[in-house]
Amino acid sequence: MTSYRFAVNVTPKPGILDPQGRAVEGSLGHLGIDGVSEVRVGRRVELTVEAADEGAARAVVERLASELLSNPLIEAYAVEVLGAASSTLSAEAVR
Amino acid sequence: MKVRIGVVVFPGSNRDIDAINALQLAGAEPVRLWHEQSSLDGVAGVLLPGGFAYGDYIRAGVIARFSPVMGSIASFAADGGLVLGICNGFQVLAEAGLVPGALLRNRGLRFVCRQVAIVPERLDSPFTSLVGERRALRMPIAHGEGRYYADDATLDAVERDGQVLFRYAALDGTPSRDPSDPANPNGSLRGIAGVANAAGNVAGLMPHPETAVESVLGSDDGLLVIRSFVESARERAGGGARVEAAVAGAR
Repeated sequence: MTSYRFAVNVTPKPGILDPQGRAVEGSLGHLGIDGVSEVRVGRRVELTVEAADEGAARAVVERLASELLSNPLIEAYAVEVLGAASSTLSAEAVR
Repeated sequence: MKVRIGVVVFPGSNRDIDAINALQLAGAEPVRLWHEQSSLDGVAGVLLPGGFAYGDYIRAGVIARFSPVMGSIASFAADGGLVLGICNGFQVLAEAGLVPGALLRNRGLRFVCRQVAIVPERLDSPFTSLVGERRALRMPIAHGEGRYYADDATLDAVERDGQVLFRYAALDGTPSRDPSDPANPNGSLRGIAGVANAAGNVAGLMPHPETAVESVLGSDDGLLVIRSFVESARERAGGGARVEAAVAGAR
């Protein structure tokens, strides 16, 4: 068994009113920022899966993402492979 | 013999006591159903109360949906059993796919806790059969995620098939259909405050009929909804003439 680290990014589907995104847009003036639009606020979940191979691990993540982490009526999700890195390391890498 | 109605208790439910009180006022015998049990203890109807099951983590209602009691409730509903979800209970039913649509963050982003008016769209449903007339019913809402959403095809279908049970309304009973109407407290699409499944035996609503059961609380309009539910469950339980006679005697 190998450990695989994933991230699931969940966002509101296009066309669904996202009041959090609107609130962020509304605050931009206070920061002196312009030229930013279409803000959509979602959710990111990082997790480690023990499985025989990456395909099997990914299948578990897909099921979790579609049944629990997102509601297909209102949200879309994307699965991202983080490899073996811990979430802290991957966050560093993103920076 | 009183009709036994189950009240589901999840970790984080907080309107279960109000639900039990309302069911007692409506002449039922409430039975607590713990989320980890899969037996429904032979109840004639199930009420999912308000609260914040599992802290509303991920999305309101979604973690509760996977609890053992929900599997039994889905089977009970498939067999025609009456199920009523109020507020968080509505969110649980929607996440479980037992009623159509989803409940999103309120349009104004705020948690809204105030008295509203709703108007029943149908007077022949198991949940409105004793309401009597199509008029404004006053009861409170208390939620942060109550904005009813479904795609246009689903909205058209629920309207066409008579699944819209309640709409937010002005005090004179004029239904609010526009999400930005002042009588619509959360931006619900087409002003939908309560909806039923296609078979009509499972219903969810965001307002709290169970806390509007005595005039001293500001309104007793909610008792009409709770009594409709209890009486319909009694009829469906098929207790027959003996139960009916006992009920008549109790009155």
